[in-house]
Amino acid sequence: MNSGIDLQGTFIESLMDLGLPLGAAKAIWMPLPMLLMIIGATVGVLVTVWLERKISAAAQQRIGPEFIGPLGVLAPVADGLKLIFKEDVIPAKSDPWLFTLGPVIVVIPVFLSYLIVPFGQNLIVSNVGMGVFLWIALSSVTPIGLLMSGYASNNKYSLLGGLRAAAQSISYEIPLALAVLAIAMMSNSLSTVDIVDQQSGYGILGWNIWRQPIGFLIFWIAALAECERLPFDLPEAEEELVAGYQTEYSGMKFALFYLGSYINLVLSALLVAILYLGGWEFPIPLDAIAGWLNVSPTNPVFQVVTASLGITMTLLKAYFLVFTAILLRWTVPRVRIDQLLDLGWKFLLPISLVNLLLTAALKISFPAFFGG
Amino acid sequence: MFVLSGYEYLLGFLLICSLVPILALTAAKLVRPSRRGPERRTTYESGMEPIGGAWIQFNIRYYMFALVFVIFDVETVFLYPWAVTFNQLGLLAFIEALIFIAILVVGLVYAWRKGALEWS
Repeated sequence: MNSGIDLQGTFIESLMDLGLPLGAAKAIWMPLPMLLMIIGATVGVLVTVWLERKISAAAQQRIGPEFIGPLGVLAPVADGLKLIFKEDVIPAKSDPWLFTLGPVIVVIPVFLSYLIVPFGQNLIVSNVGMGVFLWIALSSVTPIGLLMSGYASNNKYSLLGGLRAAAQSISYEIPLALAVLAIAMMSNSLSTVDIVDQQSGYGILGWNIWRQPIGFLIFWIAALAECERLPFDLPEAEEELVAGYQTEYSGMKFALFYLGSYINLVLSALLVAILYLGGWEFPIPLDAIAGWLNVSPTNPVFQVVTASLGITMTLLKAYFLVFTAILLRWTVPRVRIDQLLDLGWKFLLPISLVNLLLTAALKISFPAFFGG
Repeated sequence: MFVLSGYEYLLGFLLICSLVPILALTAAKLVRPSRRGPERRTTYESGMEPIGGAWIQFNIRYYMFALVFVIFDVETVFLYPWAVTFNQLGLLAFIEALIFIAILVVGLVYAWRKGALEWS
C-alpha cells in the first residue's frame, strides 16, 4: 500500500529549506487546506444548487436557468449576490440576538464537519482519530440552531418548524449512528482514512456496500432526513408552515440557512461515498494497473495522477448520490409527521440494531471478510 | 500512536469556520439598504394581524421521544468503544453486547406498547 501524494510534508520541507523553523512552517501550512476546503465546499454548494434547478427542470420538462452564463451555471452566484444586497428584517417581537445566532450555529458545525472528509490518503484537513464520530457529534449541534431560530422569531410557523426539525433530527440520529457503528466495527477504527483503506485492494468488490447493504440504505435514508430533503422536509413544509423556521428570515441570514442545508447535503453524500462506496478508490485497484504498466507506485507522475483521480472519484460518487437525492425529491411525496417518526423509531431503529448484531456475528464467523 | 494527534487542526478549523458567517453578515451589513417602519417589522402570519405571540405555554408532544432518544443515544455512545475494539475482544464481548442490547430492546418494546412512540 503506497501512501500516495504528501503535500503537507513536501510543503513544510520546502519552507524549511528556505530557513524557516519547523513550527513556523507548520503554522503557515495549517490554514491552507482549511481555506481550500471551505472554498471547495462553497463552490460545491453552487454546483449543487445549479444541478438541483436543472434536474428539477428536466424532471418537470422545463428548461431551467439558461441565460446567466453558459447553461445558466452562474444562476446560483446571482442568487447569492442578490441575497447579500437584501434588506435584513428583524421582526419587532423577536429576540434579535437569538435570531442572529440561530443561522450562525446552523452553519458552523456543518462547515466544521469537512475536517474529516478525505479525498486521498493524505488529502484531508486532519486525520483525527475520532473521525466519523466527530461528524455525528457536530451534526447534533445543528438542531439547537434550528430550535433557537424557530423560537426567537416569535412566529407560530417558525416555532412549529423549529420543533419539528428538532424531533426529526433526534429520531434519525440513532439509526445513523448505529449504521456508522457497524462500519466502525468492520474497520476497527473511526478514522475516515482507515475506513477507506479497509475497503481498498479489491476495487469495486471491496467496497462496504456489498458487506453493508442494509446499513447503506439506513444511512442514506437517515442522512436525507437529517438534511431535511424532500420526502422528509416537514420542518419547512411550505403548504402548511410557509417556510418553517426560516419564515421570518431574509437576506444574508436566510442565505446562511440555505448554504447550511446544501452543504449538509453534499457532506452527507460525501460521507456515504467514503463509508460505503470506497471513498477515493477507483473501481479497478490502481496498484494493479501500475503493475501492468510497469510503473512504480512512488513515481511522481503516477502519484499526481492517482491523487487527482482520487479527488475525481470521491466527487463523482458523492454527486451521483446528490443526483439520486434530487430525483427522489420529484418522485416521492412528503411523508406525514407520524409516518416520519414511525419510520425512524419503529422501522429504522430495530433494523439498524439487527444490522449491528448481524455484522458482529458475521465478523466472528468470517473475520477475513469483515476486517479481521 | 499518540491518540490525540491532529486536534489542533480542529481548533484552527473552528476559528476559520466561525469567520464564514461573521464575514458574510458583516459584508451584507455594509452593502444592504436599511429602511425603517413599524409595518415591515411585524410578525408574518399569512397576511393577517398576528393573534397573540408564539412565546406561550404549550404541550411539547414529543418530549417522550426526547426521553427515548437520550436512552438510545447513551447506548450508542457505550457501543462505540466496543465496536472499535471488537476484533480484540472476541465471542464473550459479543454475548455481553447482545445482553446489553436485549435489555434496551425490552425498553423499546415497553415504550412502544405504552404508546410513547405514537404522535398524539
